[in-house]
Amino acid sequence: MSIRHHLSDPLLIAYAAGTLPEAFSLLVATHVSMCDTCRAALAAFETVGGAVLQDSAVPLAEDALAAAMARLGAPEKREAIAKSDAGAKSDAGAKSDAGAKSDAGAKSDAGAKSDAGAKSDAGAKSDAGAKRLPKPGDLPAPLLDYIGGDLTAVKWRSLGMGVRQAILPTSKGASARLLYIPAGQAVPDHGHRGTELTLVLQGAFRDATDRFGPGDVEIADEDLQHIPVADAGEPCICLAATDAPLRFSALIPRLLQPLFRI
Amino acid sequence: MLLDLTLHQPIYGPKPANRRMSWRGVANSVTGRIEQTDFTALMLAVRDQQDRAAFAALFQHFAPRVKGFLMKSGTEAALAEDCAQDVMAVLWNKAAQFDPARASVATWVFTIARNRRIDIARRARRPEPEVLDWGPDTEPDQAEIYEAGQETARLVAALSDLPEKQRALIQRAFYGELSHSEIAAETGLPLGTIKSRIRLALERLRQNLS
Ligand SMILES: [Zn+2]
Repeated sequence: MSIRHHLSDPLLIAYAAGTLPEAFSLLVATHVSMCDTCRAALAAFETVGGAVLQDSAVPLAEDALAAAMARLGAPEKREAIAKSDAGAKSDAGAKSDAGAKSDAGAKSDAGAKSDAGAKSDAGAKSDAGAKRLPKPGDLPAPLLDYIGGDLTAVKWRSLGMGVRQAILPTSKGASARLLYIPAGQAVPDHGHRGTELTLVLQGAFRDATDRFGPGDVEIADEDLQHIPVADAGEPCICLAATDAPLRFSALIPRLLQPLFRI
Repeated sequence: MLLDLTLHQPIYGPKPANRRMSWRGVANSVTGRIEQTDFTALMLAVRDQQDRAAFAALFQHFAPRVKGFLMKSGTEAALAEDCAQDVMAVLWNKAAQFDPARASVATWVFTIARNRRIDIARRARRPEPEVLDWGPDTEPDQAEIYEAGQETARLVAALSDLPEKQRALIQRAFYGELSHSEIAAETGLPLGTIKSRIRLALERLRQNLS
C-alpha cells in the first residue's frame, strides 16, 4: 500500500519557509514522517531557503565576531541535544554513522531514537526508517506529541452517528482535530470556507473525488462539497486541519457548530 | 518559465556576461566550487574538532546573511543582530547534528534562522517530521557530501538567472511574506528549478533507507 495523494508544493514551500499555521504544520510534519516523496521535496525547498539566505547579507556590528567568540562554550553532545531545536534536526538529526566522532559514535543510535520518539511512549518505535506507515494504534512522532500518547490516549467527543472527534491544541489561525469515522459511515456533507487538509492515519475513506488510504492527504478548498464515507470493514481515523470553521449542511445544524468547536 | 538546471551547463564554466550576480563569491564561476566545499569542511571542523577558527570563518560568512534574512523577514535591525548571534551559537552548540550528506551548511543555517524567526514572530510551536534513522552502515560517501554542498551554489546561480519578478516571488515566500494560499495563487513560481533536486534527494533517501 503506497501513498497516492501528497502535499502540494505550496504547502511544502510554506512549511519550509515557516509560514504555515501550527495546525497545518502538524499535518505536514505528520505526513512527511510517513512519506519519502514529500520528505525529499521538503529538503529541496529548504535548499531554496538556503540559497535565499545566501543572497541576504547586511553588515554586522563591529564587535559582532568578538562577541560571538566570547559566547562559545562546550558544544552539546548529540544524545543530549533536546527536541526543542527542531529545524536543526529536521533532517540532520538521525545521523548514525558517527563512528569517526570518538565521543558521539558509540551512542549515536540511542541518540537518534530518543530524538524520534522521546516525548511519549512511542519511544518503542525504533525502526522509523524501515516502516513509517503507522500500524494500528501507532502514530508518527509529531502527532504523538500533540495527543500526549497513542490513539488509546485520545479523548474523543461524539459528533453523532458514531462519528467522533478530538480537537488538538494549536495556536490561532487554524485548528487541528482527529476524526474517527466508523466503518462504512458517512461524514455529514460539508463545505469549507478556507482550506481543509485531511490526512488518513488508519483505514480509508472515499468521496466523489477519489479513495484515500493511510498516508494520503486530501486538500479541499472552498469549492469542494463532499461526503466522505469510511471504507467498510475498518474505522477510518484521520487528522484534519482547517483554517476556517467547517459548515455542515446536513445532520449538524450550523447553529450548533460553536458547541462542537469545529 | 520553467527552468531546468540541466540546461545550465557548464554550471561552473565561463559565465555569460549578462548574468546578474547579486551575491559575490559563491556565484563566481571558480570560487563557487571552492567556497561551498570549504563551508562543509569548516562545519565538519567545528563538529568534529570544536575548531574555533573554523567557527569564526563560518560566522564571518553566515552571520551577516542571517541578520539580513531576518531583517528582510521584518525583524528590526538590533533584534536581527542579536538573533544572528543566537543562530550562530546554535550552529556551534548543535554542530553534532550537522550531516553534510543531507544538507549544505547554508541550508542548515537557514533552517535554524527560520525557526528563530518563528520564535520571534509567533511563539507558536513548529511540529517537525520524525527523524529518519539512516541505519548503522550509512557512512556518507564523498560524492554525496560534495553534491549536497554544491546544491546551494547551483540554486544561487539559478535564482540569479531568473527574471527579477520570479526571483522576488521566491524571496518573498522564504522571507515569510506569502501565505500558502498566496503561494498557490502564484503561477509564476519557477519550481522546475528544483525538481531535479527533488528527484536526487528522493533517490538518496531510498538508497540510504533500503
Ligand atoms: Zn507525500
